[in-house]
Amino acid sequence: MTELFLIFMGAVFVNNLILTQFLGVCPFMGVSRKVETSVGMGAAVIFVMTLAAAASFVILNLVLIPLDIVYLYNLAFIMLIASLVQFVEIYLKKASPSLYQSLGVFLPLITTNCAILGVVIINMDRFNDSFISAIVHAIGGGVGFAIAIVLLASIREKIEHNNIPAPFKGMPISLIAAGILAIAFMGFAGLI
Amino acid sequence: MNPFKLLKRGVVDENPLFIQLLSLCPTLAVTTQAMNGLGMGISTTFVLAGSNVVVSLIRKFVPSTVRIPCFIVIIATFVTLLEFLLAAFLPDLNNALGIFIPLIVVNCIVLARAESFASKNSVIPSFFDGIGMGLGLTVGLTLLGMVRELLGVGELFGITILPDFFPRTIIMILAPGAFIALGFMIALVNHMRRPQ
Repeated sequence: MTELFLIFMGAVFVNNLILTQFLGVCPFMGVSRKVETSVGMGAAVIFVMTLAAAASFVILNLVLIPLDIVYLYNLAFIMLIASLVQFVEIYLKKASPSLYQSLGVFLPLITTNCAILGVVIINMDRFNDSFISAIVHAIGGGVGFAIAIVLLASIREKIEHNNIPAPFKGMPISLIAAGILAIAFMGFAGLI
Repeated sequence: MNPFKLLKRGVVDENPLFIQLLSLCPTLAVTTQAMNGLGMGISTTFVLAGSNVVVSLIRKFVPSTVRIPCFIVIIATFVTLLEFLLAAFLPDLNNALGIFIPLIVVNCIVLARAESFASKNSVIPSFFDGIGMGLGLTVGLTLLGMVRELLGVGELFGITILPDFFPRTIIMILAPGAFIALGFMIALVNHMRRPQ
């Protein structure tokens, strides 16, 4: 139990996907204009990341390793994520229209979110012996992503009204804000 | 469009990094040294040129409803090839770039070029478009790597440049430095692009 807790905290704070490992920076910068949309994106990422970690664990251990084709992992995982996202989209549309309303637009974007593929590959390297650890690592990664994107969105909503030099408007000032956020997250280094 | 124009468009007019703001993840992660930035740029160029050529070759046979999965498989194939090549011939670079080699699959710029250029143009222009965009990315990554390496440890491509009394800003080669350096560089590009 302690070990799982440490994996979770490590994934959320110490090795935050975005701010220390640079996984998923594109949606981090792209969908963080409004707090509301960033919450949606964060939730969608937690959801898909957990499913992807579970599915990839099964594929790796029941298909790739027995057939001795682990070198095809990249192809297998990206197809898995793409089809998983498609299935989730179809299922949500039918089963829970309200959840689909709030997550729907973000789902297609998630296929090319490198945080998902990144976590799946890290799981393959570090947690391929324990299903539970892999899942906890994925949930932690997703929560870390959500925290970072919501934090940045709140900052960006504030600085939108500030008087910023013209060349810095938009992306540059957001990147610098993200950099300062990353400095804050460096404080968590050595926590575990 | 002639090849030279395509190259110039990739490097200057539509630079993937500074103008289109695509492929941020590998950009921020691997540019702690100029050398790694250069290696990542060339690796991505290889995948871009290869996938653009194949996508362009098959563009008339693939139904448009399933084109995206097809493109992703083609890109993933080239990335797997690249992984083997690097592991065999440049193991040091392979270790330095680590997880960001397999992650070229989800690099937005590769899919963006396949979708917006290669799927609509013939083979030769697609090839040069891939090379041009790849070169643009390489230039961007190398510049960012040079800035970070110079300010962070006072070196360029591993050779000490700054005199000893000049302070080293270690933060530049850590994670926050990546965001801050790229923010300032894009601001500089915006400033230069502004009509005078």
